[in-house]
Amino acid sequence: MPELRLPTPPRRHLLSVADLERADVERILDTASSLGSSLDREVKKLPTLRGRTVVNMFYESSTRTLASFELAAKRLSADTMSIRSAGSSVDKGESLKDTILTLSAYDPDVIVIRHPSIGAPQLVARWSDAHVVNAGDGKHQHPTQALLDLYAMHGALGRLDGLHVAIVGDVLHSRVARSLVQALTLVDARSTLVGPPTLLPRGIESLGCEVTTDIGEIAHADVVYVLRMQRERMAAGEAFVPSLREYTALYGVTPERVRPGQVVMHPGPMNRGVEIDPRVADSGASLVTEQVRAGLVVRMAVLYDLLVAAPTQAPVGAGVA
Amino acid sequence: MLACRNGRGDSLVVEGRVVAPAQGIDESLRVTVTDGVISALEPAPASALVVAPAFVDPHVHLRTPGREDEETIASGAEAAAAGGYCAILAMPNTDPVVDSASVLEALLERAREEAVIPVGFMAAISKGQEGQELTEMAELGATGASAFTDDGRPVVSAGLLRRALGYSAVAGMPLALHCEEPTLSRGGYAHEGRVSAELGLGGYPSLAESLMVERDLALAELEGRRVHLMHLSARESVAALDRALAAGVPATAEVTPHHLVLTDDAVRSLDANVKMNPPLRAEEDRLALLDALRRGALGCVATDHAPHARHEKEVPFEEAPFGVTGLETAFAALHTHLVIPGVLTLETLLDRMSTGPARTFGLDEPRIEVGARANLVVLDLDREWQVTEDGFRSLSANSWLLGETLRGRVVRTVADGRLVHEA
Repeated sequence: MPELRLPTPPRRHLLSVADLERADVERILDTASSLGSSLDREVKKLPTLRGRTVVNMFYESSTRTLASFELAAKRLSADTMSIRSAGSSVDKGESLKDTILTLSAYDPDVIVIRHPSIGAPQLVARWSDAHVVNAGDGKHQHPTQALLDLYAMHGALGRLDGLHVAIVGDVLHSRVARSLVQALTLVDARSTLVGPPTLLPRGIESLGCEVTTDIGEIAHADVVYVLRMQRERMAAGEAFVPSLREYTALYGVTPERVRPGQVVMHPGPMNRGVEIDPRVADSGASLVTEQVRAGLVVRMAVLYDLLVAAPTQAPVGAGVA
Repeated sequence: MLACRNGRGDSLVVEGRVVAPAQGIDESLRVTVTDGVISALEPAPASALVVAPAFVDPHVHLRTPGREDEETIASGAEAAAAGGYCAILAMPNTDPVVDSASVLEALLERAREEAVIPVGFMAAISKGQEGQELTEMAELGATGASAFTDDGRPVVSAGLLRRALGYSAVAGMPLALHCEEPTLSRGGYAHEGRVSAELGLGGYPSLAESLMVERDLALAELEGRRVHLMHLSARESVAALDRALAAGVPATAEVTPHHLVLTDDAVRSLDANVKMNPPLRAEEDRLALLDALRRGALGCVATDHAPHARHEKEVPFEEAPFGVTGLETAFAALHTHLVIPGVLTLETLLDRMSTGPARTFGLDEPRIEVGARANLVVLDLDREWQVTEDGFRSLSANSWLLGETLRGRVVRTVADGRLVHEA
């Protein structure tokens, strides 16, 4: 009888929602939920990842994503360090590959990376032995944002199955929209993309969503998810809409456009008075604070899932190194 | 004018199934070459090898002058020899640009010193390829330019292109055009469609190419001068070419191996070695290109061999330069992906890789007949080989085929009467 050899499980990453299956999403959200209860205790720290190292590499500005990844690692007792491109050797022209090879010499267990270019996390996964978490790559993916949004929706509405989410605004440049549509499809929720024609990419409906330019369509949704209108998209000669004023008039989420019973979400940072009316942002319908809180527990759950959980099923984030 | 290292012709004998579609030959023959000239063709027993007129590549980037770390005339010519080529034409988008007789003369001199196969050089249409002023086409033509092109960039000004078409008559050579409407392609890294939308990559719509194809064909008709359309990628471009050809507009066109084999689905890998300009398009586009290649509207396979330094391709997709290598893999890739599955005949492939490009650019057609200078390729159609980074003669390895096993190998190349490659 031949010797029985167990295959080495592939190193697991979280690079894209496209790599996840429904069971992965459910497992991570369940973990987040149990970790959430630990945060209500007086001593908030868990010993789970003691001795592990989490490196956050942020090549793009970020407040809440970086803060929540740092805090998530610390709450699980991991050693953590954060490197921003400004002030690092990236400023001196070091390539991504050289930076990764340098950091890999410290044997990090997890590298969390945010980068302005699509696919940078995939390259990091190729060059490093660490588990890689994509904290946003260009216009491509932001998987932990999608997971925390599902967590916040579930918390507020008690279900995901059959929910209808209208995602409003600059879909073209939004990694949040792409990840969220894929995540909603995985859990059998519906999504409708709403925005001006110039900010809706052709062919996007193949992700499994509906697409409309009519803001009135948001009335049919359970959740109105507002995307940030990125001011850098308004550069002279490159503008995708004639003016922010006209954008706000046509697509701004105002109290008049929100139906009672709907909840409103926004990934932040908000441009109050542009894509979202301050009265909506501060209303009881807004889940923005819940999203930030969910960001912490979901990122704890992702770190836990990569480093501790040993799924008997398919590995998370099929990204095989 | 083509230039290569001078030397005596070799004497050798090759045997196999001789396939020379332009001459109507398909039979087992023994080809005797004496001092570089085919001296006898005799019946021979059936063999596993194919002997064909060697290939001609009308679209190669040799990166000299300026980026000799990526390719030199010597390394590019050796790579071409390994790919079965007996002649290649180099693009002028070097640093400095080939826009003056002095730069062109220096390159021809270098090719005479170091190229194992004949190399021709195209000169720029506009000074510095900046699209503002015409180059001195008559002098460049007299110095030995093979054609004119601003490849890498479109000629944005319709007025300048019209003048260039008219004036190129004095040099007697066609213009080879890179068709791209820059305000539609700006910020585009992948075909505008499902894949770019899903990945968030900036879209480069088919119309950015086909609109310029339409304009350039209209100008060719107006001036009555031939245009050669480079590396077509979109079905709309093929349709425009078909309409123009039916109306008698003088036009020729080429297609690359990667556009004939891959679609934008390959971009999902985010591998910088599938990033090129024009981008990989949809399956319908690929099928339209294949159909036009069969019919002959696309008369040339051109590799658009574009070597890039490893460190410049080892970056995220959007940051990487456009372009892939192709000289050493073109035949094997097309044989494996099109001929073996039965969607393209071997005869058509051989014709579009040899006679087609030679005729298009007025070069001597490689022929297998007694008295002809020997330009032969010997192919082992059954030989399997793996494309690996360290297997290239090219100084660069940015191939879209890395890791793939291909079937069909160039085992010998005879260029300008000399045995330049044996595997």
